[in-house]
Amino acid sequence: MTRYPNMEQVTGDFYTQNFEKGAREGSLILNMGPQHPSTHGVLRIILELDGEYILRCDPVLGYLHRMHEKMGESKTYRGFIPNMGRVDYGCPLPWNWAFVGAVEKLAGIEVPERAEYIRVITTEMNRITSHLLWWGAYILDLGAFTPIMYAFDEREWLLDLLQTPTGSRLTYSSFRVGGVGHDIDDKFIEGLKAFIPYFRSRLPMYKDLVTDNIILRKRVEDIGPMPLDMCRRYGATGPVIRGSGLAYDIRRAEPYGIYDRFDFEIPTQDTCCCMGRYKVRLAEFEQSLRILEQAVDQIPDGPIIMDKAPKPSWKPPKGEVYFAVEGARGKTSVYLVSDGTKSPYRVKLRAPGFSNLSLFAEAAQGTLLADAVAILGSLDLIIPEIDR
Amino acid sequence: MNAIRKNVIQPIIDLWSLIVGLKVTGKYFCQRHVTVHYPRKIIPAELTDTFAGHIELIPSAKDPTIPKCISCMMCATNCPSNCIKVLKQKAPKVSPEQEKEWAEAEARGEKVKRPKAPKNPAKFSYDYSLCSLCGTCIENCPVSSLRFSHDIYIVATDRKELTMDLLARLARQAEAQAGKPADRAPGVLEQAAEAGQEASAKEA
Repeated sequence: MTRYPNMEQVTGDFYTQNFEKGAREGSLILNMGPQHPSTHGVLRIILELDGEYILRCDPVLGYLHRMHEKMGESKTYRGFIPNMGRVDYGCPLPWNWAFVGAVEKLAGIEVPERAEYIRVITTEMNRITSHLLWWGAYILDLGAFTPIMYAFDEREWLLDLLQTPTGSRLTYSSFRVGGVGHDIDDKFIEGLKAFIPYFRSRLPMYKDLVTDNIILRKRVEDIGPMPLDMCRRYGATGPVIRGSGLAYDIRRAEPYGIYDRFDFEIPTQDTCCCMGRYKVRLAEFEQSLRILEQAVDQIPDGPIIMDKAPKPSWKPPKGEVYFAVEGARGKTSVYLVSDGTKSPYRVKLRAPGFSNLSLFAEAAQGTLLADAVAILGSLDLIIPEIDR
Repeated sequence: MNAIRKNVIQPIIDLWSLIVGLKVTGKYFCQRHVTVHYPRKIIPAELTDTFAGHIELIPSAKDPTIPKCISCMMCATNCPSNCIKVLKQKAPKVSPEQEKEWAEAEARGEKVKRPKAPKNPAKFSYDYSLCSLCGTCIENCPVSSLRFSHDIYIVATDRKELTMDLLARLARQAEAQAGKPADRAPGVLEQAAEAGQEASAKEA
């Protein structure tokens, strides 16, 4: 049928052909990605453009699909934990927590006090590193190179610290069913105590350098409005819905672990624009630091993992369980079905980025192409997490 | 009045925000750089000591070339990535005459000590390209014969190079510890480490 060996490159693939059907006369169909630098990996967006204005757009997923959910069905409960470190490389510890939390809820396992504190400390540190990565990369998307250097200065310090309880710098998989894998030492606590005031002193510099900068403000203020009802319709969570004025945070709404013991606020912004989401994330730095300060003061001595922690051949009881935690990007949750064998019957991973990305097509309609990049960045997408 | 504010005062305030940003840049431009210029300098060992690299065998107390490992296969069976292969040692071969002698002794009712296979493995091969560093092998080792190494500088130009013979690695480590001449010239890293130590000594 085809005269050319790679006809698909000439006519477009299935997605493009499907998208083309409703195109307006004289408009231009354009692919953004899957290798576009602002799509952070391999997100592909098909755009219909009228000049520089977006008429329609459609995200195409699946370029980084690694079958994590299917892999869960063939691995043991212990063997699946490293996968959770790789679903979302930016913020893997909430994913760790979601999975081990689900298994613990299923089997009714109590986690030792010290392990709970280590989980809170490492997760909050991970939230800061994730937001720092987002902050640097978002400004980089918008055309400013320098801020990512400042962000990585702090991030490196935190990664050096996080290396003690996790052993790695990126794909952490240090949580275990019934506790955590590695303990923290006095040197870690000292380093963290030194980091908190240092990072706090750097936040005004972030404001001077970036937040108040008129070029950034013109790029993000009143761009990409996502009203609350739109966020609700698509199931957006995390900083996206908090940037639209709803103080919804799993740590407060459905407290898990020991989060009910800490005093922290849930920052919100009513502007619904990219600047709102930006400011929410910057305000979350301060809240994470507050939680860290309290956790470091309160941390008790004791074991870090329960007695007789599950071995790789461990079998949980039959049942279904759902467990949600607050990741850096929103509601991160795991739905687990166990049939009483060594490996789960079904693992469903709810990625916050997937729901957050769904807002993009509607929010980007009618905006400039350059603003679409700003909207896309403000959602804080990690493509491996969306594709799973 | 509003026109003046909009067209004159606001642009000046906006431009001032750029100057504030430049001030930050200027301040940090004059400060010491925070990056480490690899490979002329390398990061201090205290930062690499907490890093969990590929797994390695722990030598037994008696002989640094022999691991504590008892070839129980717990690591190989529990590994979610199937990256460990352990080969048990076979019992030494017995000549037919010896076998006959033992059979006769047994027939007489005497106790015979047949040679058993040594417990330590004959081969311990590990594929780093598959490993996800989850630590299941380390947690499940009954004699704690495995640990994470702190080697952050491992590089390979070929996937086959990532399949390591951990017994040979242990022997090399024992040799280096015993102070025998190394079988290769000091690499760039060792030189850089020495240079870095000298530089830091001078600074101190």
